[in-house]
Amino acid sequence: MSTIEPQTVPEGPPTPSDETPESQPVTGWGDRIFSSAAFGAGLLILLVLAAVFVFLAVQGAPGTHQAASVYGPYATNFWSYAGKLLFGTALAAVLAMLIAVPFALGLALFISHYAPRRLAVPVAYVIDLLAAVPSVVFGLWGGRALTHASLPVQHWLNQHLGWFPLFGGTPSSTGHTVFIAAVVLSIMVIPITTAIAREVFQQTPKLLEEAALGLGATRWEMIKYAVLPHSRSGVVAGAMLGLGRALGETMAVAMVLNGNPLVSIRILTTDSPATIASNIANEYKNEDPHMQSVLIATGLVLFVFTFLVNFAARTIVTRAERRLA
Amino acid sequence: MAKSIDVSDVNIYYGDFLAVQGVNMSIRAGAVTAFIGPSGCGKSTFLRSLNRMHEVIPGARVEGKIVVDGQDLYGPGIDPVAVRRTVGMVFQRPNPFPTMSIYDNVLAGSRLNAKKIKKADADEIVERSLRGANLWQEVKDRLGKPGMGLSGGQQQRLCIARAIAVQPEILLMDEPCSALDPISTSAVEDLIHQLKDDYTIVIVTHNMQQAARVSDDTGFFNLKATGEPGHLVEFNPTKKMFANPDDPATEAYISGRFG
Repeated sequence: MSTIEPQTVPEGPPTPSDETPESQPVTGWGDRIFSSAAFGAGLLILLVLAAVFVFLAVQGAPGTHQAASVYGPYATNFWSYAGKLLFGTALAAVLAMLIAVPFALGLALFISHYAPRRLAVPVAYVIDLLAAVPSVVFGLWGGRALTHASLPVQHWLNQHLGWFPLFGGTPSSTGHTVFIAAVVLSIMVIPITTAIAREVFQQTPKLLEEAALGLGATRWEMIKYAVLPHSRSGVVAGAMLGLGRALGETMAVAMVLNGNPLVSIRILTTDSPATIASNIANEYKNEDPHMQSVLIATGLVLFVFTFLVNFAARTIVTRAERRLA
Repeated sequence: MAKSIDVSDVNIYYGDFLAVQGVNMSIRAGAVTAFIGPSGCGKSTFLRSLNRMHEVIPGARVEGKIVVDGQDLYGPGIDPVAVRRTVGMVFQRPNPFPTMSIYDNVLAGSRLNAKKIKKADADEIVERSLRGANLWQEVKDRLGKPGMGLSGGQQQRLCIARAIAVQPEILLMDEPCSALDPISTSAVEDLIHQLKDDYTIVIVTHNMQQAARVSDDTGFFNLKATGEPGHLVEFNPTKKMFANPDDPATEAYISGRFG
């Protein structure tokens, strides 16, 4: 434990103006080391990103024009193959977000505004711990335990809500369905989205909260008037990070799902659309170099897709911010 | 309708810390009552206990009776949310809702009270409140613009418009001019003079000239000693308070000899 004492500051003016000309900023060793380290780190990230892109493009290029048999039996050319996988990826991710985002926001609000402190702190801690669980563990749990345990739920949904296309068709008897994959994904999305939402909720200015309370707002009305508008962009950012995880998650989906590149929105049946990442994991053992290049090309598709989704989300957020300014 | 407030034996706590002790006073209906005193003497804390905003802070609580219109605000079964709808509040720094237009800011409180408001009624409330806050002429052509685009003084009058839009019985003001320039301050003071016909106004101020200018009654709060709770030293008509105070401590404070 150390305390900063004002006495340690040297006496007199800290920067005598006659020694440093005004045009030149004051720099010491620390400044130079820090600025070059920061610059280097930023450059390195860009280089790594570019290197990954080049690797995927070069290695994947042959994968876009292979014989039709390589893409079979569900597709005949690369674009339909990749398109179907992309559909599966988006379907699982969207379903996961539909489950995770309301949960995460509710949890974050509970921690930031509803729970008494002695409850809020442990709950927040447990949720953070959830983020540290490796995805293989979630995959094991989802594939071995949750699939069986959830069969009654899946059958119930199919029987009573079967008229809704998502829940229609003949339900799977094993439970290895997109539905369960989405549930497992949502559990993996919740910690990160919750953590960020909680952070921005807690940063709502007291002044605005009191403005609402002073008008006679209930706690929920105060949240609606002050907390949510203030946190909107932060919540979107948190959801985007979660979406990134859901789109790219490999092991958990691969272990839950026996997926194939096909298009089906019946998430309780055995016709499970594979996701790009889980498909790569499942097919990578295949030694065929033609198949390998196809897989790498699908990796590039995922890379570009994730990038576009993030870009779109950021554009929406900045536009919303600018409209308010 | 303006209402009087009767305060008896009020103690205010932050957790175990007694911040304000033993306050008794009668605040007249349709008058302006000012609280003055040095920083940290509990005048803002006491003001916030008048509409149960004090207890928003975790661990904060109030003992004693604060009676408005024959009803104890701290009685059993009294909903703090309902109290705050009849006792409005204006804060130290202007705090319009940043994502709302001027129009929606004024209506914010009304929309809490009644779920649906007809467009014609809403227009009427907005115009009446903005006129009441002396802001109508300045903003009537840009009601759809964000409230944050106004100057500090205009924002504060917007907050006053928002508070009176729900027609409270009492209006509390916590140093409403401390973040404003002299011209905006004078606009708000003029407004306070007009508002007291319809509302009971209680204002906390650091500026003794302001207390002398706007108020009918004045309460002087002080600390007994450093670390001791704040208490009400003297409560008298403003004229008497500034000309011939009962308590020597009040005179010392007002004449600038301490505080």
